[in-house]
Amino acid sequence: MIELSDYLILGAILFAISVAGIFINRKNVIILLMCVELMLLAVNMNFVAFSHFLGDTVGQVFVFFILTVAAAEAAIGLAILVVLFRSKRSINVEDMDALRG
Amino acid sequence: MTFEKFIFYVLAAVLIISATMVITRKNPVHAALSLILAFVASSGIWLLAEAEFLAIVLVLVYVGAVMVLFLFVLMMLDIDVATLRAGFIKMLPLGILMAIAMAAELILVVGPENFGLDKFAAPARHAADYSNTEELGGVLYTVYMYPFEIAAVILLVAIIAAIGLTMRRRPDSKYLDPANQVVVKRKDRVRMVSMDAEKG
Amino acid sequence: MENIYLLIVLAPLVGAILAGFLGGSLGRKGAHWVTSTGVGISAVLSLYVLKRFMFDDQEVFNGAVYTWMVSDGLHMEVGFLVDQLTAVMISVVTFVSFCVHIYTIGYMADDEHNWPKTSLAGKNSYQRFFSYISLFTFSMLMLVMANNFMQLFFGWEAVGLVSYLLIGFWSVRPTAIFANLKAFLVNRVGDFGFILGIAAVAMYFNSLDYHEVFAMAPSLADTQIQIWGDSSWSLMSLIGILLFIGAMGKSAQVPLHVWLPDSMEGPTPISALIHAATMVTAGIFMVARMSPLYELSETALTFVLVIGATTAFFTGLIGIVQNDIKRVVAYSTLSQLGYMMVALGVSAYAAGIFHLMTHAFFKALLFLAAGSVIIGMHHDQDIRNMGGVKKYMPITYWTSLVGSLALIGFPGFSGFFSKDAIIEAVHHSNIAGAGYAYVLVVAGVFVTALYSFRMFFLVFHGEGPRDEHAKAHLHESPKVVTIPLILLAIPSVIIGYMTIDAMLFGDWFKGVLYVLPEHDTLAAVQGMVHSSNGMLAHTYASVPFYLAMGGLFVAWYIYMKNPEIADKIKTMAAPLHTLLDKKYWFDEAYQFVFAGGSRLLGKFLWLAGDRGVIDGLAVNGSAFSVGWLAGIIRHLQSGYLYHYAIAMILGLTLMLGWFVFA
Repeated sequence: MIELSDYLILGAILFAISVAGIFINRKNVIILLMCVELMLLAVNMNFVAFSHFLGDTVGQVFVFFILTVAAAEAAIGLAILVVLFRSKRSINVEDMDALRG
Repeated sequence: MTFEKFIFYVLAAVLIISATMVITRKNPVHAALSLILAFVASSGIWLLAEAEFLAIVLVLVYVGAVMVLFLFVLMMLDIDVATLRAGFIKMLPLGILMAIAMAAELILVVGPENFGLDKFAAPARHAADYSNTEELGGVLYTVYMYPFEIAAVILLVAIIAAIGLTMRRRPDSKYLDPANQVVVKRKDRVRMVSMDAEKG
Repeated sequence: MENIYLLIVLAPLVGAILAGFLGGSLGRKGAHWVTSTGVGISAVLSLYVLKRFMFDDQEVFNGAVYTWMVSDGLHMEVGFLVDQLTAVMISVVTFVSFCVHIYTIGYMADDEHNWPKTSLAGKNSYQRFFSYISLFTFSMLMLVMANNFMQLFFGWEAVGLVSYLLIGFWSVRPTAIFANLKAFLVNRVGDFGFILGIAAVAMYFNSLDYHEVFAMAPSLADTQIQIWGDSSWSLMSLIGILLFIGAMGKSAQVPLHVWLPDSMEGPTPISALIHAATMVTAGIFMVARMSPLYELSETALTFVLVIGATTAFFTGLIGIVQNDIKRVVAYSTLSQLGYMMVALGVSAYAAGIFHLMTHAFFKALLFLAAGSVIIGMHHDQDIRNMGGVKKYMPITYWTSLVGSLALIGFPGFSGFFSKDAIIEAVHHSNIAGAGYAYVLVVAGVFVTALYSFRMFFLVFHGEGPRDEHAKAHLHESPKVVTIPLILLAIPSVIIGYMTIDAMLFGDWFKGVLYVLPEHDTLAAVQGMVHSSNGMLAHTYASVPFYLAMGGLFVAWYIYMKNPEIADKIKTMAAPLHTLLDKKYWFDEAYQFVFAGGSRLLGKFLWLAGDRGVIDGLAVNGSAFSVGWLAGIIRHLQSGYLYHYAIAMILGLTLMLGWFVFA
């Protein structure tokens, strides 16, 4: 039988991979957005697993909302990316240094 | 090992490999495609966890909409992959170290000794006529009615925001304004001139 | 009576304030009138108080007139204790002060010459001087009339301040400034001990009131305290010695005597008033006032005795080789103060106060006479340039003679009674150090006679002034100068004979000065001589008399009869002469050790503390460290979003690790 910890460990590994992704792809905004999606997937994995093992549908409702928000986030994020590319001709995070004193 | 567990491991392996490819591929298009694979694999795992509706939604929404959006954006933009990859090797050890540390910490918490079968017994299988969608809908449209509507508004806001962000006027582009075309009046276009006929 | 006491104190203060703040509009005449009147009122009232105590059995007054604050049961108030001792002191202080006020009118008449034309300090200096001496009188009265330690300390410091102001009165003279700084610093050393003593009293008695402290003292007589380590100290000895260190500073006892000769840089009237007659006797008065405390500690008494005897003899020796007329008198003052301390050390407090009183008159007289000569000599103070002044200044001559005879203890003069009483008291004392003290005070009599008459002969007898110009202008001083001389000469002669019976052999100080029976040396003296007449009759058998006469004769022989001998002796005993001329190198040692040490310390603190720590570490260091820290922190604030993201993740990992492993 699949244990609850199997799901959770899978989620943890997924989360760690996406963290590593943020580290090593620190300049590419698109990959960063993908890593964020992966992270949300890892979280959703946990929700689904707990919902299954505790027999509570509410966990799935939560996943539903997360999916909604993630979709909105992806849409706006990509929109920003497009605008950014238009003005800077680049999606390199290093070029987003308007904050630099 | 049961067949179910075998399926789980296969899907988990596919998920982890594809997730790793997402963060390591040079080409962002490849990364996006790997992400699609990861979503498909995880939707399979969710099916194992009897979350059929969400598994389908994941494929429909993510694979069908969000990832297509990603791919569209990727194709629209002229991305210089080489500069974006700079520092990849430099950061790789730190990234791996970080990932291992975080995974180890998390696994220590969520490992079998805390969340094993002896702590959380596997739930009984539902009957064949059990509908996950129906149950979810039952909760979603009653108890979580307002949050559900708010989620809908959030999506609307996202749509408007995305459009608002990306829309721009180009003064130099040649285009016709349909509204102006519609509201045009006869007197704007035709001038009646009365003149004498030519004689003879 | 309380109003009278208040008036005695406040009249000089009003005079000082008027002359000091309104000096410009009062003018010279107004200033000296207002201050002299104030002090005159005090003098008359003080004599009235003295008369009441002498003839009318006046009650002792002890009470607060104003409570400043009460803190944890510790009363800090302005209060008066007026008993026989106070009555004597205020009479002496106000009388001498009054004489000095009058004398000053003549002495400072042409003070303008002492100031450069453009000097701002020279403006209204005459009025300022009167303001100061009136202020001094007020301070001294506060000191002697105090009924608590706090007011005593106030008076103590106030007279010190005025002394400082007056020594440096001619502030355009570098020597005067040096002298007043020196007086101030040396007194600080003494005052440090003094205030520690007062603090010890406040700490262990929890009271500052004299009577409360004296009443409690016997119960604490055997108290041992630990200051540091395990060594235990007798509380009474500690308090006695600490308070006496204050007296050493104020009354110029070895080794804190160095400021007094230099204080002669000030105008002569204040040398007479402050540095001879009154202020320097504050230490004597204080120890006498504290007799109930000193009686309880033989250690403290021995300390007082040894210091006093050392001062009495060795500073007198210096007086022999001095050539400045005022310095000779100054060293004589030191020596006489030593005698008073010796009297206190052998518990003959009454004798000490008695000598204080007689000394106040004849020493003020000697100083004022010296001042008169200085006026005549146009401010030339070197006695080698003088001589033959007798025929030009007869009144000064005769009053000086009276003063000198009183000083050396010529039978019948006031100094005779007081000094003999002290010597006899030392002779009868059994306290440790009494033998040492006896030898020194007896030898001191010879020395006193020698330097007194050396000066006297050199100034008044012999050939006339060498400088013809000075000779031409030499004439007797005006009446405002000579009248105080005569006024002071009278008590210099008679006061001893008149009062010795009451003060030493009577019960004038009964209940005021406290003497343990086993210390009561005066009673032993009384066993031999019963009265003033008895003392006079006893003269032929007393060693000091022959020594005084011997000193007088030697002075006459060396300086009048056979002047070459002086030079011969000088060359024969060259090392001794150098030793005395250099005043035992006290000044040089202090200059080197303390002044040099302070400067070295100051330089060290300047370099290490000020520049190193404050400038380097605190000021520049904090600026630098902020800059340095900012330089490091700046790398965190890179402005790159991914740096912030990484920092967030790192923090998350660490927090998670802490959560998991802790």
